[in-house]
Amino acid sequence: MKSTILAGALLAFAAATGVHAQAIKLADVAELSGGGATVGTNWKNGIDLAIEEINAKGGVLGRKLEVTHADSQSNPGVARAQVQKALDAEPYVLLGPGYSGSVKVTAPLAAEAGIAQIMGGEAAELTQGGNKFLFRTSFGQQSSMPKVAKYIHDEMKAKTVAVVWVNNDFGRGGRDMVTKELERLGSKVVADLSTEAGQADFAADVGKIKAANPDAVFVYLNEEESARILKELKRQGVTAPLMGETTLIGQKVIELAGDAANGARGHVGLTTDAPVDLIKAFREKFAKKYNYVPDHNGLKGYLAVYMVKATTEKMGKVDPKKFADTLHGLTIKAADEPGILMDVTFSDTGDIDRQSFLVEVVEGKQVVKQVLPKVK
Amino acid sequence: MSNLFDLLVAGLATGAIYALVAVGFTLLWQTSQTINFAQGEFVMLPAFLMLAAMHAGAPFWLAIILGILLSMILLGLGFKMLLVDPMMRHGVLPLAIATMALAIGLKEAVKQFFSAEASPFPSIVPTGDISILGHAISLQSIGVLVVAILAVFGLTALLNRTSLGHQMQAAAQNPTVARIIGVPVERMILLTFLINAFLVALASLLITPIYLAKFSSGEVLGQAAFIAAIVGGFNQVRGAIAGGLLIGVLDNLAASYVSTQYRAAVPLIFLIVVILFRPQGLLGRAEERTV
Repeated sequence: MKSTILAGALLAFAAATGVHAQAIKLADVAELSGGGATVGTNWKNGIDLAIEEINAKGGVLGRKLEVTHADSQSNPGVARAQVQKALDAEPYVLLGPGYSGSVKVTAPLAAEAGIAQIMGGEAAELTQGGNKFLFRTSFGQQSSMPKVAKYIHDEMKAKTVAVVWVNNDFGRGGRDMVTKELERLGSKVVADLSTEAGQADFAADVGKIKAANPDAVFVYLNEEESARILKELKRQGVTAPLMGETTLIGQKVIELAGDAANGARGHVGLTTDAPVDLIKAFREKFAKKYNYVPDHNGLKGYLAVYMVKATTEKMGKVDPKKFADTLHGLTIKAADEPGILMDVTFSDTGDIDRQSFLVEVVEGKQVVKQVLPKVK
Repeated sequence: MSNLFDLLVAGLATGAIYALVAVGFTLLWQTSQTINFAQGEFVMLPAFLMLAAMHAGAPFWLAIILGILLSMILLGLGFKMLLVDPMMRHGVLPLAIATMALAIGLKEAVKQFFSAEASPFPSIVPTGDISILGHAISLQSIGVLVVAILAVFGLTALLNRTSLGHQMQAAAQNPTVARIIGVPVERMILLTFLINAFLVALASLLITPIYLAKFSSGEVLGQAAFIAAIVGGFNQVRGAIAGGLLIGVLDNLAASYVSTQYRAAVPLIFLIVVILFRPQGLLGRAEERTV
């Protein structure tokens, strides 16, 4: 009897210490190569930095965080396979991907598994299909594009606009939203140009823009292509003001485009140049660790992990099935969780609400021109 | 019409790059029956060699010289001795497959040792425009076009007007007879590989400031140049030049007047049409096969 009690006690102790020591496993699937390598690399580095910080302070509810990174190769098909593989290992939360097209094909897998997916995609449609497990780290296009169109119409006073977009889910979603808003406000779209992901030569596209002679150009491409078109716009002497979203004026774009990025403006949900002390501190930590200044994807990856931390601490337990329910409607205040960087609220659809910024590239640097408040 | 003029200049500038790369295809094919499917990656690598030299502290001009020299050693001498010579005895097909493997290897190596992200690359041509016939044409387009044309003219002058060039042609056309009349065929073949390496390094220097330095940047370029070489005539240097310029212009015109969405398909359709009606290419000569 004594030996049975002793064995039971030992087993209970072992189980308890085992659980205590067991890490919380996160799975990340990101664009580590291919056209979205800039996106994925920044996202991954942001995740790693956050995990390092959290673990150094004792982890989440006393448990360390662990993450596995998988490369989607910026290809939705590969992303789907990688997410399936990641879900088979039963992670606590799935992080990524960053490309809307990849999110679109992987979200049903995570939802079916009942695992929350915190991702970087911005296509409007992602959170409009009733998926209860999908969460954004940045604005969806339904939130950002009305602000962009309003700026083009009200501030740039543009009566005619050329819209250049990348022909994928991300680009199409942005193009549809901004075109609708521009027309509603009374600005006419005089050139509607679709381009391909990975496109190298933008001479013909810029030629079309020149021929349309618009008052403003809205550019909505991925980072590398943004840099290429900025160079071509400068090369062909297009003087119309350029407006975009985060991907037009990101740090990597500025580095790649050089002088050609000067003057470009964009609405950004996140920027490392934001006049926010916690973001400035993040930027310093990131630059110290990785030797470069991150773009918004670094912030998104970092935030994603702190979303996991704050939600888990709110629940008081590690429960993958209840995670999504808890995050819906949750407001995380930066004062309580500095890693979240700014006060943020998640809607019932997984969309995000927080301050955003209007940025202009001046002499190779992002300069925040306006801070836009939370919607609600 | 002003737009058409700009498109033609931009198309010719891009086409000149395709021509440089396509000429390499034809040179290697003529002298050693080598189809180098890593030719696009051969254009990608020199830019990274130059970037590495600059990161090590070399000024741009020195990085260019080092990059070209290293390219000639690695992509000319090394390619011939380490891959083509050992594989050649197994036939053209295994060699072609080996070059495909080389393309993957080069891409992965650059991704591993440098970065998967694109990097900016300085231009040897200053930015800005000059006015030609009332059109503002970018110096970069002009510079790319001029340098590429000079390189191609230099090559054709070497091939047609010098003793060395005649020996190279003799070695390409009939190696057995060339050997009998005292042409050092092996040396001529090596020279062809070195010239190809020089041309791809030059193409890399010209195109990377526009395309950006990225491990995958050779994919599009290699494909376009391969199409250009076939369209022009795989066994004719002048065919490769014409094919390159044609594809560059066609690509720009298609993107502008047809659809940017289907621009990638236009050169392929053109290729199919050319193969159907003139299998030897526009300027190529039909090769007879004895059985």
